[in-house]
Amino acid sequence: MSIDVLMPALSPTMEEGTLAKWHVKKGDTVSSGDVIAEIETDKATMEVEAVDEGVVEDLLVPEGTEGVKVNTPIARLSGEGESPAPPAPQPAKAEAPKPAPAPEPKPQAAAEPTPQSAPAFTAAAPGERIFASPLAKRIAEQKGIDLSTLKGSGPHGRIIKADVETAQPGQRAAAGQPQAKGPAPAGATGQAPRQVLSLEQQGIAPGSYDLIPLDGMRKTVARRMTESFRDVPHFPLNIDLEIDALLAARSKINGLLEKEGVKVSVNDMVIKAAAAALKRVPEANASYTPEGIAMHHHADIAMAVAIEGGLITPIVFQAETKGLAQIAKESRDLAERARNRKLKPEEFLGGTFSISNLGMFGIKSFASIINEPQGAIMSVGVGEKRPVVRGDQLAIATVMTVTLTCDHRVVDGATGARFLAAFKALIEDPITMIV
Amino acid sequence: MATDFDVVVVGSGPGGYVTAIRSAQLGLKTAIVERAELGGICLNWGCIPTKALLRSGDVYEQLSHLGDYGLSAENRGYDFTKVIQRSRKVAAQLNAGVGFLMKKHKIEVIEGTARLEKGSPAPKVHVALNKGGERALQSRHVILATGARARTFPEIGLEPDGERVWTYREALVPKSAPKKLVVIGSGAIGIEFASFYRALGSEVTVVEMLPRILPVEDEEVSKAAHKAFEKRGIGFRVAANVKKLSKTKSGVAVEIEANGKAETLEGDVAIVAVGIVGNVENLGLESLGVKVERTHIVTDDHGGTGVAGLYAIGDVAGPPWLAHKASHEGIHCVEHIAGLKPTNLHSPIPGCTYSNPQVASVGLTEAQAKEQGLEPKVGRFPFRVNGKAIAMGETEGFVKTIFDGRTGALIGAHMIGAEVTEMIQGFALAMTLEATEAELQATVFPHPTMSEAMHEASLDAYGRVLHI
Repeated sequence: MSIDVLMPALSPTMEEGTLAKWHVKKGDTVSSGDVIAEIETDKATMEVEAVDEGVVEDLLVPEGTEGVKVNTPIARLSGEGESPAPPAPQPAKAEAPKPAPAPEPKPQAAAEPTPQSAPAFTAAAPGERIFASPLAKRIAEQKGIDLSTLKGSGPHGRIIKADVETAQPGQRAAAGQPQAKGPAPAGATGQAPRQVLSLEQQGIAPGSYDLIPLDGMRKTVARRMTESFRDVPHFPLNIDLEIDALLAARSKINGLLEKEGVKVSVNDMVIKAAAAALKRVPEANASYTPEGIAMHHHADIAMAVAIEGGLITPIVFQAETKGLAQIAKESRDLAERARNRKLKPEEFLGGTFSISNLGMFGIKSFASIINEPQGAIMSVGVGEKRPVVRGDQLAIATVMTVTLTCDHRVVDGATGARFLAAFKALIEDPITMIV
Repeated sequence: MATDFDVVVVGSGPGGYVTAIRSAQLGLKTAIVERAELGGICLNWGCIPTKALLRSGDVYEQLSHLGDYGLSAENRGYDFTKVIQRSRKVAAQLNAGVGFLMKKHKIEVIEGTARLEKGSPAPKVHVALNKGGERALQSRHVILATGARARTFPEIGLEPDGERVWTYREALVPKSAPKKLVVIGSGAIGIEFASFYRALGSEVTVVEMLPRILPVEDEEVSKAAHKAFEKRGIGFRVAANVKKLSKTKSGVAVEIEANGKAETLEGDVAIVAVGIVGNVENLGLESLGVKVERTHIVTDDHGGTGVAGLYAIGDVAGPPWLAHKASHEGIHCVEHIAGLKPTNLHSPIPGCTYSNPQVASVGLTEAQAKEQGLEPKVGRFPFRVNGKAIAMGETEGFVKTIFDGRTGALIGAHMIGAEVTEMIQGFALAMTLEATEAELQATVFPHPTMSEAMHEASLDAYGRVLHI
């Protein structure tokens, strides 16, 4: 008997992923625990281990396939010593795609209270028939959009014109088609999405550059940042912080923690102070939703970590409840695993507030793009000695500039300013963080 | 607060009663309030009884062409009272049918006039019962489907008197056919009555304010209809303003002005068909703060009025004033209330005129397509070269298709000819499914049928027409 290896769910909310790499080939013998493939989601790469023993009879999904739905068969093993089973049936089915019965440990918050709610359909797996209206297919072809990346809003999840017209450039077909086919026709409804001219059309000769295909992370960054910068009404607020007291406190703390092998960074103290400030000004720890303003109970601080090929924002959850030593330990572990792309999705999904620190590159100040659905993001610059005025005297102090980018729909100027005032008080008098 | 019903529907026309059935199907406890007859205007005083009359007219007109078919008959004639009786019988049958449907779906029918008052979770419905007394209903949701009525202009005499000045209502049950009839307004209602009474031999003149008749239709169809009706002896005055309608000793005098020229049209009877106003009065809408614009309730995508628990659908919620649009909106509204995510909101709504010849259309006219900046690709096919039409002796008219030149989407279809109202759903279905020219061209149309003209018109738009 042969056994199907199914696309695993790497997190409770995962619906699909990219089959990044096969570690086995047809005919290989595998035993339980062997790594057989790598799966890439938006932000993480995970290894898939064989659960059963057997000989790889067939790899059903080619390497590099995007949008593979959870629970789709990806490979077939035959029990050892058995003759191979008849050829695998085509994964393409003529019937309506059923929603993958993914394990759902937690019911989704937005459960339908209705007798016959429409099931949520996910994008189709490769090879499966894609249900799309003829017009949707034609527009997708004209605009170079890959239908398998879209979710249909029509009856039974059918992709209709509206779905294609609202599709983002990030949903273009990746395969060897880095640009749209030509200048855009304005959509029938007059709201055609922005069209991207090819590099050639913009005077850059083909062959004069190398093209690095967009991986999942790059696509996600491109899509999320574009949407956020375009759709969220954002504004920056700047403030200078004197951090000599903070630096002194840090040395003292690190002296005490030396034996435990823990080292607190300025950034850890920034996380701690931000969490405490959010507790004092809870209006800044909020998300805009069409139904209302979500006031978050905890300060889940996402910290931007630069990694090869992009960035990721692992989260220190409930940072307001944690001591500096614990924050330091967690942030170090998260950053390390982020760089190795070993974060679990639940470790970087969520977060109520973000901090991005480019101080180590000498950046004085900058304004980050809101990490939706968060209400604000703080950009931390370098701590450096600068002239300051005390009374009527010039003096020298270590100064660090931070910039808070606010989503004006939820964090107004005065709210942002109150948060920064609270934050400044905590940073400049770090002992108050303990209170 | 305890509620008596999940959904109370006010008005039992094709919007209201269909909404009530769908509501009951979804497991919601439903009541329907009706002050007059179940089925509303459509079944009792509109769509259905007029179709019965028009059928009598069509059959009678066919008799004058019997020779074309190698047939003959003697003593061609009609009994007007019986023509009207048949129409009433048809209406009565359907009215009883709605009663049966309400019973079958366990929908409580409350006969009386509704008035709304503030309430929670939805406005309270006070019904002044027809049998006397009052009943107050507290429901979770209230859907207004109160419909519309003929627009009148009493200040210039455009107001029915039941004798010589009619609206559709009086025109359905006169004692005799007028010898000389003036129809004011050339929309579907005006044209249908003009067509019916002309078939029975009345001398008919139609007055239209706009430069062409059936002004919502594609211009080519308007022109063809104008010619076809003229051929049957109907007179037209277009771009004509009615100054005054006055009653004379023997009938009516309609003073009009067209192109700066004044004229007085005389007749026994005038039919006023100059549009429709929503039934928004005496419902208590003002006290609830419901927004009403030009006699229609302003609603959102799901029929919501902005007042918690209060919805409006159909004619009272605005144009197009069509029974099937009301049913469609009602179903969408109640499915939304039930928490379903109905996907049928933007289905195109076909329009039909049951004159002789018939007119049917769906989607954009060619002019509208151009106004929207589209590059329409237009196909046409006349029935005069369609085999079935020739065999039937029904060669009048044509099919016109309009595609978006950039995407190939079918964006409009217009037809004039025999039984085209039975064919337009093919194009409506194609548009709902977002078909392009490729699907219409690839569809096999049965031969011989008049519907082959639909196929040919789709081919013609891309220079592939076969039979011309």
